[in-house]
Order: sequence, then structure tokens, then C-alpha cells
Amino acid sequence: MPTAEKTLDEILDLAAAHFKVPRERLSPDDDFFKALGIDSLQTLDLLTKLEHHFRVELPDYELQGVTDFRTLAGKIQARL
Amino acid sequence: MNEFRGQTLSWDFKDGLIELALHRQPLNEISSLTVEELEKFIAAAEPISREAHALILYSTLKSGFCAGADLRELYHWIEQYGQAEVTKHTREYLQRIHSVMNTLDALPLTTIAAVHGVTFGGGFELALTCDLIVADKWARFCFPELRLGLIPGFGGIPRLKRDLGNAVVRDLLLTGRSFNTTKAQQIGLVSHVVGEGEALRAARSMAAQVAKFDRNTAAEAKRFIKPALLDELQKEIDIFCELIARPAVQAGLKKFVESTAAQPYLP
Repeated sequence: MPTAEKTLDEILDLAAAHFKVPRERLSPDDDFFKALGIDSLQTLDLLTKLEHHFRVELPDYELQGVTDFRTLAGKIQARL
Repeated sequence: MNEFRGQTLSWDFKDGLIELALHRQPLNEISSLTVEELEKFIAAAEPISREAHALILYSTLKSGFCAGADLRELYHWIEQYGQAEVTKHTREYLQRIHSVMNTLDALPLTTIAAVHGVTFGGGFELALTCDLIVADKWARFCFPELRLGLIPGFGGIPRLKRDLGNAVVRDLLLTGRSFNTTKAQQIGLVSHVVGEGEALRAARSMAAQVAKFDRNTAAEAKRFIKPALLDELQKEIDIFCELIARPAVQAGLKKFVESTAAQPYLP
């Protein structure tokens, strides 16, 4: 199982590549809606990409209120 | 009529294959105009289907297959007709769309939904009328209606229950969670998962395979394994119409309409 730090790094790498944002501009505690400039449709796209990358299921209700990469990583780590 | 280009959808019939394309921006929300054009399609498809072997239903929009019913239109009906009349109007509308969905469900040819991206609510219900679903790896499915205090109203629950286990239906319906193609294939909803942008190509390949068989035998097989669900579908309409008149639903729709989010119907 990857460490929590590695999971967080992979999320930041994936988000930066997918939404074409320079990786160095993203930090673990950033609000990903703002940092990536994404709407709810793109958030759904991110969710699908993360599920596919980590081979996990992330029910929407577990992510309600989650806005920063670090908390998101924690939710994914709990399912690995 | 072998081809049609409307404001919300288009179709053409060529070499035994009917292709029905949805193209209403932003995400193929099903409005009364969509229903009107679907009715035109049904009127044309019934004679054509005697010569066709397959139908492919897909979206030309990059954003996805279909986000479901046009909830803004539903809310405007409430404003326009008032609480008492909206039930009557909604019932008439649902009877029309059920008539379309039931005909699609029972067409005497093999029907294939080629989906990608958002396949939610009424869009999911539209895909469920098809015999087979081919999905792009990034497609996502959901029945979000309970969030508004409603149930799916276009025949989704009876059709999902017919095609999958009841426990799966309860999970998807009662939690309102969205799920990806891996899950959709695991539960038996999706026949094939293909790469990004490949769903239509894969559906055409499937349609070419279907064309090798005797179409009358295929139609008989379909009739045998795909029962009509008229009593349950009518019950669904009754429940939906009872719910739509509730103040909580109207408040939920108002909140939705007034939302400034880019895609407020999404989780």
C-alpha cells in the first residue's frame, strides 16, 4: 500500500496533468476547486480519474464538504 | 423519413442501421421539445424498424450522454400552473415520455446505447431502454432524483430492477451516489467498456455483428427475454405525480434553478 504522502503526491500530479495546471502551483492544502479552476462537471471528471488511477470506489457522499487535496488523499488512502 | 435534424436530436437510417444522436446543449437535458422530437422519431422508427436490424443511441456532445430531465422547465411549470394544476400537467408529460420510452424499449431490433461522460437521471433511464450499453471508460452513472425529493420518473426503477438485482437498485437509488464504468460493468449494467471516445465505434461494430443474424429471430428472442413492465411503470408515474406537488420538492427545484453553479444538477 502506498504511503499517505505518496497518495497525496499522485493526486497532485494527476490533477496538474489532467487540468493542465503547473504542478508547482498546487499545494496539499489548496482548495482544489479554486486551484484547478474547475466546476462540478470537471470535479466529477476528476473523481472518475482518481477512482480509475487508484482502483477504488469513492462514493460522492464521502466527499461532500471535501475541498482540499490533503483531505481528499485521506479519503482515498482509507480505501486502499 | 430516413433522416431528420431537429433542435435536440437527429437521426438517420442507412444500411439497416438507425443512428439517433442527441445534441442539445449543454448536456442533452430532456425538455418538452426533446420529447416532441423523440415522438417524431418513434413515428418514423416504427415503419423503418421493419427493415432495420439495429439502433444506436448516442450523444454528439463532449460533456456526456445526457444529464436527465430539464429541471428548469419542470420548475417553470410549477410557477406557471400552480400546485394543483402541475400534477395534472406532469402526469400528461410523463405519459408521453413513457410512451416514447416503452416503444424504444420494445422496438423489434437490437438497440445499443453508446454512452460517455455524464449519464444521469433521465439520461440513464433513456440508456436503460436499450438492449445493450457500451460505455466509454470515463462514463459515469447516477440516479440523483432523491436529492430533490423525487424518484426517477422516466421508467428507470422498473427497468433497472428488471435488468439488475434489487439490492443494486436500492444501493444506487437510495444513496443517490454516482458510479463509474468499472462498477457498471461489475453489476452487469454495461456490456462493454471501451477507451475514451470509442463508444460509438464499438457500438457500430456490435451493430454489424447483429446484422449477421436473422432479424425476425432476433426480434423474437428480444420479446422473450425483455418483458414489458406496464403495471410497475404506471405505478412509478403515480408516485412521481404524488411527490411533485409537495412543497419540499418545489423548494428543492427553486434552489436548483437559482443555483449559480455551472452544472447544479451534478453531485
